[in-house]
Amino acid sequence: MAEKRVESLEEVTIRFAGDSGDGMQLAGTQFTNTTAILGNDLSTLPDYPAEIRAPAGTLFGVSGFQIHFGSTEINTPGDQCDVLVAMNPAALKVNLINLVDGGSIIANTDGFNDKNLKLAGYAQNPLHDGSLDKYRLYEVDISRLTALALQDMNISSKLIDRSKNFFALGMMYWIYNRPLDSTIEWIGHKFKDKPDIKEANLRVLKAGWNFGETTEIFAVRYEVGPAKLAPGKYRNITGNQALAWGLMAAAKKANLDLFLGSYPITPASDVLHELSLYKNYGVKTFQAEDEIAGVSSAIGASFGGALGVTTTSGPGVALKTEAIGLAVMVELPLVICNVQRGGPSTGLPTKTEQADLLQAVYGRNGEAPVPVIAASTPSDCFDAAFEASRIALKYMTPVILLSDGYLGNGSEPWLIPDYSKLPDISPKFRTDPAGFQPYLRDETTLARPWAIPGTPGLEHRIGGLEKQDITGNVSYDPQNHDHMIRLRAEKIERIADDIPLATVEGDAEGEILVVGWGGTYGSIKNAVVRQRQKGHSVSHLHLRYLNPLPRNVGEILYKFKKILVPEINLGQLVKILRSKYLVPAIGFNRVRGLPFKSVEIESEIEKMLKGKK
Amino acid sequence: MSTLVDDILKSTTTTDPLKYTAKDFQSDQDVRWCPGCGDYSILAQTERVMPDLGIPRHKMAFISGIGCSSRFPYYVNTYGFHGIHGRATAIASGLKLARPDLSVWVVTGDGDGMSIGGNHFIHLLRRNLDINVLLFNNQIYGLTKGQYSPTSEVGKVTKSTPYGSIDYPFNPASLALGASATFVARALDRDPKHMQSIIKRAVQHKGTSFIEIYQNCNIFNDGAFFQFTEKETKDENVVFLEHGKPLVFGKEKDKGIRLNGFSPEVVSLKDGKYSVNDLLVHNEKDTTLSFILADMTHKPDVPRPVGIFLAIERPVYEDEMERQISFAKQKRGEGDMGKLLNSGNTWIVE
Repeated sequence: MAEKRVESLEEVTIRFAGDSGDGMQLAGTQFTNTTAILGNDLSTLPDYPAEIRAPAGTLFGVSGFQIHFGSTEINTPGDQCDVLVAMNPAALKVNLINLVDGGSIIANTDGFNDKNLKLAGYAQNPLHDGSLDKYRLYEVDISRLTALALQDMNISSKLIDRSKNFFALGMMYWIYNRPLDSTIEWIGHKFKDKPDIKEANLRVLKAGWNFGETTEIFAVRYEVGPAKLAPGKYRNITGNQALAWGLMAAAKKANLDLFLGSYPITPASDVLHELSLYKNYGVKTFQAEDEIAGVSSAIGASFGGALGVTTTSGPGVALKTEAIGLAVMVELPLVICNVQRGGPSTGLPTKTEQADLLQAVYGRNGEAPVPVIAASTPSDCFDAAFEASRIALKYMTPVILLSDGYLGNGSEPWLIPDYSKLPDISPKFRTDPAGFQPYLRDETTLARPWAIPGTPGLEHRIGGLEKQDITGNVSYDPQNHDHMIRLRAEKIERIADDIPLATVEGDAEGEILVVGWGGTYGSIKNAVVRQRQKGHSVSHLHLRYLNPLPRNVGEILYKFKKILVPEINLGQLVKILRSKYLVPAIGFNRVRGLPFKSVEIESEIEKMLKGKK
Repeated sequence: MSTLVDDILKSTTTTDPLKYTAKDFQSDQDVRWCPGCGDYSILAQTERVMPDLGIPRHKMAFISGIGCSSRFPYYVNTYGFHGIHGRATAIASGLKLARPDLSVWVVTGDGDGMSIGGNHFIHLLRRNLDINVLLFNNQIYGLTKGQYSPTSEVGKVTKSTPYGSIDYPFNPASLALGASATFVARALDRDPKHMQSIIKRAVQHKGTSFIEIYQNCNIFNDGAFFQFTEKETKDENVVFLEHGKPLVFGKEKDKGIRLNGFSPEVVSLKDGKYSVNDLLVHNEKDTTLSFILADMTHKPDVPRPVGIFLAIERPVYEDEMERQISFAKQKRGEGDMGKLLNSGNTWIVE
């Protein structure tokens, strides 16, 4: 066996790509978990079509999973990949644009048959026509080698073909010097009742590894050392899982049951799946007949004294809008989680976007103010969900929590918080009938009392008709309506006194401030840090609280000469900033269903520095 | 671990006997239905029944949608929630799931429940939560001033159907049965005693109970049900369903319903051809029979059936949910959030 050279890398980005039935998401997730345990910092981007099993070999059926990991701080899933694992020609064609010049392609040569080449629109085999000369091409007949590894097993050819993702995974484990243990354990658990599949997958995984070890094709293996993260205990977590856990933690810290009324929708369904697991934590999940019933049932549960939550994506929020207005009117706590996806209409269900900000802040009939909070990284979904719940309970209001497809499906290492140190956010239910009025407000928060059915002497009626101040009786009085509209607005506005001031990353004043919100955090951060390293006067403000905005946002904006607002929409936050602070902020907008690349933001910053914008 | 809600429930549970009168269930709000509206009778019958239910006032919640009927919660002195159009059943479902200890009622109408809320309505019935649904059917949109509703008859001339409605109407009882309801009944606004008995039965029923109540809208659809409710015509046009009893009707109790194959037909008990023994005997446990009886609603030449079509037992949704929760707690122990966060593949950075 030839002695293999080992090279050390600071960071690397790998993209697994194949048919949507090829198990690329699984391979990527396994590679991610193993990489996390090794202590690398990482960020992932699953990128898959809406069709479950799109016709094999087609361009639109390509499913990809990108992981960026390293021994340094990793903030994004990587602008481009260094290594592309292509299971077929379509996967190559779709993803080549993401591969850095000089990057590596590991191609499953068996997938490059005439039929697949034709489906991908290749007139000739790109592996042999010199078109890939600027890349390092590794040709591996993964399908054949997989079959070979299983030849003495009496299993169907379909099953054999399905195992080939484990061959690719095993091979990548070898190249990047990762142990197989975690995946072996996972296979053992996942297929414990299917001994054939378990055996096949284990064999193929090891065959992939052994292939790396013995083949002459790979002369080098790579080592990526652990990252210097803040000390503590870590786990890898996706945004959707973090969001679910944040809600659970909030309910526990509030001493309430968590009630989720939800309807399946991509990319938010995983939150429903996750919460459905935890019945022993007092979580009640209700898969409703539609989006409207999802939110309505959550409002009913809140009326009864639970932390009512509904999870969805943009089209679902559109349907829930009327009920959110009801929650504004009856002033009950409610958390609406929008894992945003490409729109409008059905749009791009599996792709990410930030185009629901204006919907969240303004998208209701009447004057219906709702606090809006956005998570900025996958693990931040935990804190954002906890915070959204805290505000909902304290201020008796619906709160919209914005995540997005990239955050929800993406993952990163998470410094596990000390649960015991999370604040107690228990509400105080009203129990004393003396002087009780359903709309008599707390002087500081302006929240009305939460009096739950079952409490003697507090029988009262609430509803969507305008309320008389204090008594909550139906009122059509013009002065009262104006007063109530202002009271409800004031209640939400006062939340600004109860949230942290916004903080700038970089200098507090200078040439350019890049303002972002939500899932663009990592891309903007990378861009700004690099520009600062180049000596430019650029800072970064990332807003978690979109409504109300922190008290000092104006102050911060006024200290910079220019303001750049990158968003994955046509300019929504920029609209709010311009109208509220009268600043000439400029948007940078790309709406492709994908996260920003840091380089594009950098190039916008540079244009601005040169006065071209 | 007990929640704040558990604490409240524990601290306020009393064993004192309940001494209510109907008056105790009247709220301090002025009732704002049109004078002469059938809704008044339904409110009165409900309030009359409530003292006998053995349920403390503070344990009751009335949930409604939008429409004339949906103002109901404002007028009863219990907990109440006037929701949004069509969604009362969904709001009530969430409340009942969060709080199975409560007696939850839905008040809806033919527009609210059958049209905009039709989806939530059928799903509540199939899930069988223990909720009482009162559907006030006046075959018209009242609050929006007189458009035809999903229960209006074909040909109905209204503001939105100047040439007559071409919509075939729902029969709420058949719709409910089709959605696998476990309790389906029909009552009349002008028959207070009967309505009271039906409401009592509905409350006793474990599972979703559905009562369609024929309610006169004297402004926009006056007399829609007079042939079934007025003294002069009622006896000849209504057959009351009573469990275990043959279907007899008519002023002289001289007519009955007999099954001809699967089709109900009217027979005379006077001409000697048929006797009571030949008649269809009602069985409220028989789902097949319930479909046949409900189907009489839109048939000519047979009287309108009123009473309980079906009352059967089926597992109740919130009980099943609680069962799964206890099972999970038993199997996996009470959830510990701190442990969960630290579970799975973790690593330490020194």
